[in-house]
Amino acid sequence: MSIDKLADPLEHGDNPPPSETELRAPGRKRLSKWELYGRRFVRNRGALIGLGIFVLLVLFAILGPLFQQFDHIELDFLALSDPPSPEHWFGTNNAGNDLYAMVVVGLQRSLMIAITVAVGTTVLSAVIGAAAAYFRGWFERVTLLVIHFLMVTPTFLILAMISNDAGGDWRVISLVMILVGWFFSARVIWTLSLSIREREYVQAARYMGVRGFTIVMRHMLPNIGSLLVINFTLGVVSAVLTETGLSFIGFGVKLPDVSLGSLIGIGANSISSAPWLFYFPAGALTLLTVSMALVADGLRDALDPTSAAGGRA
Amino acid sequence: MTLADTTTAVLEVRDLTVSFPSEAGRVDAVRGVSFDLLPGRTLGIVGESGSGKSVTSLAIMGLLDDNARVAGSIRFGGDELLGKTDAQMSKLRGNGIAMIFQDPLTSLTPVFTIGDQLIEALTVHDSRMTRQAASARAIELLRLVGIPNPEKRLKSFPHEFSGGMRQRVVIAIAMANRPKLIIADEPTTALDVTIQAQILELIKTAQRETGAAVIMITHDMGVVANIADDVLVMYAGKPIEQAPVDELFADTRMPYSIGLLGAIPRVDKAEKQPLVPIKGNPPLLVNLPDACPFADRCPIAVDACRRKEPELLPVGGKVEHRAACIRAEEIRAGYIDGHPVYPVPEVPTSALVRTPREERPATLVVDNLVKTFPLTRGAFFKRRIGDVHAVRNVSFDVREGECMAIVGESGSGKTTTLLQIMDLAQQQDGDIRINGVSVADIRSARAERDLRRDIQIVFQDPMGALDPRMTVYDIIAEPLHTIGESKDRIETRVDELMDLVGLNPAHSDRFPTAFSGGQRQRIGIARALATNPKVVVLDEPVSALDVSIQAGVINLLDELKVKLGLSYLFVAHDLSVVRHIADRVAVMYLGSFVEHGDVDAVFDNPQHPYTQALLSAIPVPDPRIERTRERIVLTGDLPSPTEEPRGCPFVTRCPLYRTLAPEQQELCEGVMPPLTGEDGVHVNACHWR
Repeated sequence: MSIDKLADPLEHGDNPPPSETELRAPGRKRLSKWELYGRRFVRNRGALIGLGIFVLLVLFAILGPLFQQFDHIELDFLALSDPPSPEHWFGTNNAGNDLYAMVVVGLQRSLMIAITVAVGTTVLSAVIGAAAAYFRGWFERVTLLVIHFLMVTPTFLILAMISNDAGGDWRVISLVMILVGWFFSARVIWTLSLSIREREYVQAARYMGVRGFTIVMRHMLPNIGSLLVINFTLGVVSAVLTETGLSFIGFGVKLPDVSLGSLIGIGANSISSAPWLFYFPAGALTLLTVSMALVADGLRDALDPTSAAGGRA
Repeated sequence: MTLADTTTAVLEVRDLTVSFPSEAGRVDAVRGVSFDLLPGRTLGIVGESGSGKSVTSLAIMGLLDDNARVAGSIRFGGDELLGKTDAQMSKLRGNGIAMIFQDPLTSLTPVFTIGDQLIEALTVHDSRMTRQAASARAIELLRLVGIPNPEKRLKSFPHEFSGGMRQRVVIAIAMANRPKLIIADEPTTALDVTIQAQILELIKTAQRETGAAVIMITHDMGVVANIADDVLVMYAGKPIEQAPVDELFADTRMPYSIGLLGAIPRVDKAEKQPLVPIKGNPPLLVNLPDACPFADRCPIAVDACRRKEPELLPVGGKVEHRAACIRAEEIRAGYIDGHPVYPVPEVPTSALVRTPREERPATLVVDNLVKTFPLTRGAFFKRRIGDVHAVRNVSFDVREGECMAIVGESGSGKTTTLLQIMDLAQQQDGDIRINGVSVADIRSARAERDLRRDIQIVFQDPMGALDPRMTVYDIIAEPLHTIGESKDRIETRVDELMDLVGLNPAHSDRFPTAFSGGQRQRIGIARALATNPKVVVLDEPVSALDVSIQAGVINLLDELKVKLGLSYLFVAHDLSVVRHIADRVAVMYLGSFVEHGDVDAVFDNPQHPYTQALLSAIPVPDPRIERTRERIVLTGDLPSPTEEPRGCPFVTRCPLYRTLAPEQQELCEGVMPPLTGEDGVHVNACHWR
């Protein structure tokens, strides 16, 4: 017998512990699941800070252009490689581009790409992985065959070639990144779903006559929710990194369009002579990933029934 | 074996306390246990989960975690055990003190042969013993615990043995060094009843052979009545009643012990009295106040109970019978001032019960149900090398307001039968009809959903059957959503259902983890009742619950059956529960029914030798009956269901078969016996009964 068993007040007995038999007055309205999740998320201070940073970054990307004095493609020949000044808030590069304007645009691009790719891969991998596990039979076998085939193809090369063909259009890049990024996590989700599909509550739902796809969405995916949340955050980070890598070898977002990745790539070359070119985009990227990590942490705790909140509101 | 020294205690435990640090504060798992154990005696420690019985045994073995604080005194043969280092204790473990664990599947290392493990147990404490001598002794031990062909079996790996056989090997290892003390921690809980009877006999044999004292830890009062000489009842980490076994059962003094006995259904009693559950749940073992820990659940608690925790004091002028209750002297055999300590709850009866069975409509008809699983071999190309006949030609019907139970050992095919019905599996030469609708008529997903309204299931594991990510409201509402009820209607219906199963509807926005085992099972029942089904299928609904909680759930099921006119199809391995709740019962062996009929007819007059053995194997919570009862102990395990037997599937274990003349035996071996007898009342599948 383990100690936590001794300490668990809920393991035995037929009534809740006397201290909380009347946790709420009988007349009060019942909370829905989402209200519960919301309350638990709000209670987590780190998650709120993360959410705050993320909202500020999004606002910056949307409202930033209102305050800029220069366009990001406009060249100021009077200020080449200037450090930050009242005129150029973040400084300029050696061609005279205003870095503030470039960071705003780069952040827009990177946010769009990162969020699209992370959402896309997470949804695709979750639905395909869990459905493969639930439906079994030929559907499972075909899905696994496709996944295993994709695993041995050099997807980064395909990605580079296609994005080059598309002339660095960020929409094409994100689409291709989704298509080559879903299968690894899909396979992990499939493995986890194998144990979920054997659970009695899945069987119970089936015996209630709930449709297969609904069971996948309602019972299987929420129970691997923490993994999906982590997948999503890591997806944001890795999407930015992949896009940076692509831009670095010249196959990503192309000038005059910029992204945080391409800005960091350029800035890294002149870190000793013009450090602001590196630090401003890198700072934006760090804030983005840190805020995502905090939000993910909070989400995981809010969704987890066994977390410290103990199954209560 | 020496009998000279039977008056000095092997083990003296004095004021043993164990506490663990936890986030909520210090957990006092054991609070003052004292007892003496004489050689050759058996002490039964009973209690529900969390009562501290296992922690006590681990403290004696010195196997507790490092963060546990142990105080008091444990003297083994005059030698103080507390304060010994792990290395010093290792010399004693397996040598002076041996332990038998609950799960035989995990207490043997899978990568070594059982011979190696036995020999290791022998040589580790006696380095001079040669390998030959050790292996000779190992063979002797295996023969002693009844393993056939021990010379060959020595080379077998644990996975080649069945659960019961493995437990025998574990006992052989425990006996290996002639220990003075054997601690058995729920040794039969994971085993079937017929195997349990064998193992209990074997522990008695081991005790006779070695003269050891035995500590038997269990939650089963029947096992205690069977094997123990003295009993210690534990509650909230403290012994609350201690007495010789006859005393305890005949003259129970502490209300908790009375409640524990009253909550057990009896396999040998026909009358359908409601069980008496103990209300509430055990207290948290953190910051306990100085009051009787049972006072909140006790029906006869007075103010004085809450002022001071009662001591364990002798009652009735007998030194050996002690109870921790200030009103112990007033209580006599479960009565206080002429009233029972626990008032018996009322259970309503319905008009349906009074209608004869034949006149009630059949809600579930199963005709000639067959299920075989293919047995395949080969990693790449799967070849079919045989069939597992999980269910063979099972037919029965369940009438309105009736509870039909299927009993059998694990592997008998009872759960497969249930799942076939729940899967609405199409049958080749048979049929399943639910409320008059045949599964063969299902043509669309819609028709299937409609049919599922009438049949719902309650699962065994109350935690596993509820999605931990959904609130109780969503869980109970799910079947209603599925059949397309309106939102308002669902809202009121969920409150109604929560109320029906005895839960507070205000708690419906919590997650299942916030509820205890018994409450979770009630949620499962509420979900099953949501669509107003005609038939509820119950798959071992109470076997995962503690006895005092189990009683409450059984009463609820009884009450719901009467109130709503439900039909139950109930699967269980616990025959006492079946006797209590069922109207009809079928005994299943290797995929087919061997006896089927009215519950009283089958239990009072079992005809098939298997049913007789099964019933006699169940320990009854009464030591006098236990001692005089004639027990039919079946030899061996369930045979493999892979081959199609020509004759009676039970011949390999049948005690009757062995007494028959050779020409009669031929009939048993050659012809599969059909179910014969008084149709619809009591039939059995034996040529000679």
